[in-house]
Amino acid sequence: MNTLFDKIWDKHVVQIVEDGPTQLYIDRLYCHEVTSPQAFDGLRARGLKCLRPDKIFCMPDHNTPTHDQDKEIEDPVSRKQVTTLAKNASEFGLTHFAMNEKTNGIIHVVGPETGLSLPGMTIVCGDSHTSTHGAMGAVAFGIGTSEVEMVMASQCILQQKPKSMRITVNGTLAHGVTAKDLALYLMSQLTTSGATGYFIEYAGEAVRSLSMEGRLTLCNLSIEMGARGGFIAPDETTFAYIKGRKYAPTGDDWDKAVAYWKTLKSGDDAVFDKELQFDAADIEPMVTYGTNPGMGMGITQHIPTLQTIPAAGQTSFVKALDYMGFQPGETLLGKQVDYVFLGACTNGRIEDFRDFARIAKGRHKAENIVAWLVPGSWKVDQQIREEGIDKVLAEAGFEIRQPGCSACLAMNDDKVPAGKYSVSTSNRNFEGRQGPGARTILASPLVAAAAAVTGKITDPRELL
Amino acid sequence: MKQKFNIIESTCVPLPLENIDTDQIIPARFLKATDKEGFGENLFRDWRYDKQGNLIKDFVLNDPTYGGEILVAGKNFGSGSSREHAAWAIAGYGFRVVVSSFFADIHKNNELNNFVLPVVVSETFLAELFDSIKANPKTIVRVDLPNQTITNTSTGKSETFEINSYKKHCLINGLDDIDFLLQNKDKIEKWEAANK
Repeated sequence: MNTLFDKIWDKHVVQIVEDGPTQLYIDRLYCHEVTSPQAFDGLRARGLKCLRPDKIFCMPDHNTPTHDQDKEIEDPVSRKQVTTLAKNASEFGLTHFAMNEKTNGIIHVVGPETGLSLPGMTIVCGDSHTSTHGAMGAVAFGIGTSEVEMVMASQCILQQKPKSMRITVNGTLAHGVTAKDLALYLMSQLTTSGATGYFIEYAGEAVRSLSMEGRLTLCNLSIEMGARGGFIAPDETTFAYIKGRKYAPTGDDWDKAVAYWKTLKSGDDAVFDKELQFDAADIEPMVTYGTNPGMGMGITQHIPTLQTIPAAGQTSFVKALDYMGFQPGETLLGKQVDYVFLGACTNGRIEDFRDFARIAKGRHKAENIVAWLVPGSWKVDQQIREEGIDKVLAEAGFEIRQPGCSACLAMNDDKVPAGKYSVSTSNRNFEGRQGPGARTILASPLVAAAAAVTGKITDPRELL
Repeated sequence: MKQKFNIIESTCVPLPLENIDTDQIIPARFLKATDKEGFGENLFRDWRYDKQGNLIKDFVLNDPTYGGEILVAGKNFGSGSSREHAAWAIAGYGFRVVVSSFFADIHKNNELNNFVLPVVVSETFLAELFDSIKANPKTIVRVDLPNQTITNTSTGKSETFEINSYKKHCLINGLDDIDFLLQNKDKIEKWEAANK
């Protein structure tokens, strides 16, 4: 009752179907090439147009190669998906940020950085990491392709209203501990289903102190706890980030918008279905050891032993460690790794590249490491160059690739070979996620950088 | 994909693993199609076939002992990616019902939107059902949507399951959400006028 989630959700209710879902109005629909083609086909089969084409923005990101984007995509199947999106956007009159244009990048990086995702909005996309946009103070969640078609046709979606959860993180994050570590810590505490059925509001000093980039990382990972989405009430940090961005309101509209945005907070009397409190001081740099993002631990800790795992989960636990080639009870510190991936909608923003460069500066890429550094958008790429981060990284033996989802889910050429270890700033360590047989260790950009320069799992605090 | 759903009686395919994510149900490299066809062939691809493309004989889908229209899976089924391709793969393979003690939200909606019924049962019912199937792979499970009951015919035990009456109506009559939303265009325009 009287939570910020209630305020935004209730404002967007068109009707509540009797003993059924809510018809919710959607302010922004983002489309990428993988989860939209069948929705466009559906519209054609029904003879429909998009009801509100000005509220829909399309861009390819999953299949885009991270090199030679000025040329045709080599893989014909990937190429077809990307060109199909362009054709569909044109046919249905939608804005399209094409591959290799300076407006392109990963949807969840581009939306916030262009001012398309704003406080108080309802935002959806056929992509579970749509929760990212919650950092702007929006109700944002991932949907399936049938639901994408639904929104295209009616600018509405039928959804059950989720329950509300507030996660308060008190205190301040320690030196070398980032928003990514906070998120991995929360997942390790809640498990990958701990927030299923809920929409999370993140609060507390440690959350308030995060930059927008950090908040985007935290909200991005809400889905990995099973949550429908996660968001943070907008504040001066949010307003300062939005001001002046391409699609942000200007002049009188800006003043009116900010006045409204300032009302977007949970009441002092707000009642949540579930409240959880954590202490930031308990968190250290995190790594995952298993095959779901909830299987994480502090970098100095040891993998649990089988006896500590509940009976129904033991088969999955054994299967996960077997896949990863790890033993129960062992530490990961000092483990040699093969690949390092910096990027994705989780950690492909300018602050992530700054963090990586802090450790890489004056050091050199380890010989055993293949490193993929992939900006989340062309705008991030431009910032990297303006700040001279590209030079620092080049001196350390690292190359900046071209923007896209890349090795996060390996739909392009950036695949980690079977059996190889990858320290990755992405969001999922599922079996085969980064390529068939690939073994993924999720971590922050600082931990990834420490692995990249030492060739093994290393506590980044020793290098800062 | 629209089809009417009523009562299903079938043997089951057991998959007693927890946290089965949609990347396992259909790996990302098979998401490149621009239509909904053929995903069933790649359902659980990397658990069904080895790197050389040979059948992994002890995986349950490759074991002729088991079959049927009902997939029974461990807790937290369908977590991770929102890809509806996972639901297309499940439906394409021929499953009409997925039974688990817990489903991830997005995937659950995706199943319903493809006329596959996710049935949430208690942990106890699920554990007993796995035991029944292990003891007798020909165990029949009856899923009765109109009465919202699921019965393990080996033990005779039944449970009721939840589904809102709107979605139940859609499944029984083969209707989808777009049919409904298109009938409500006036309400959408009214909302827009009030929220300019």
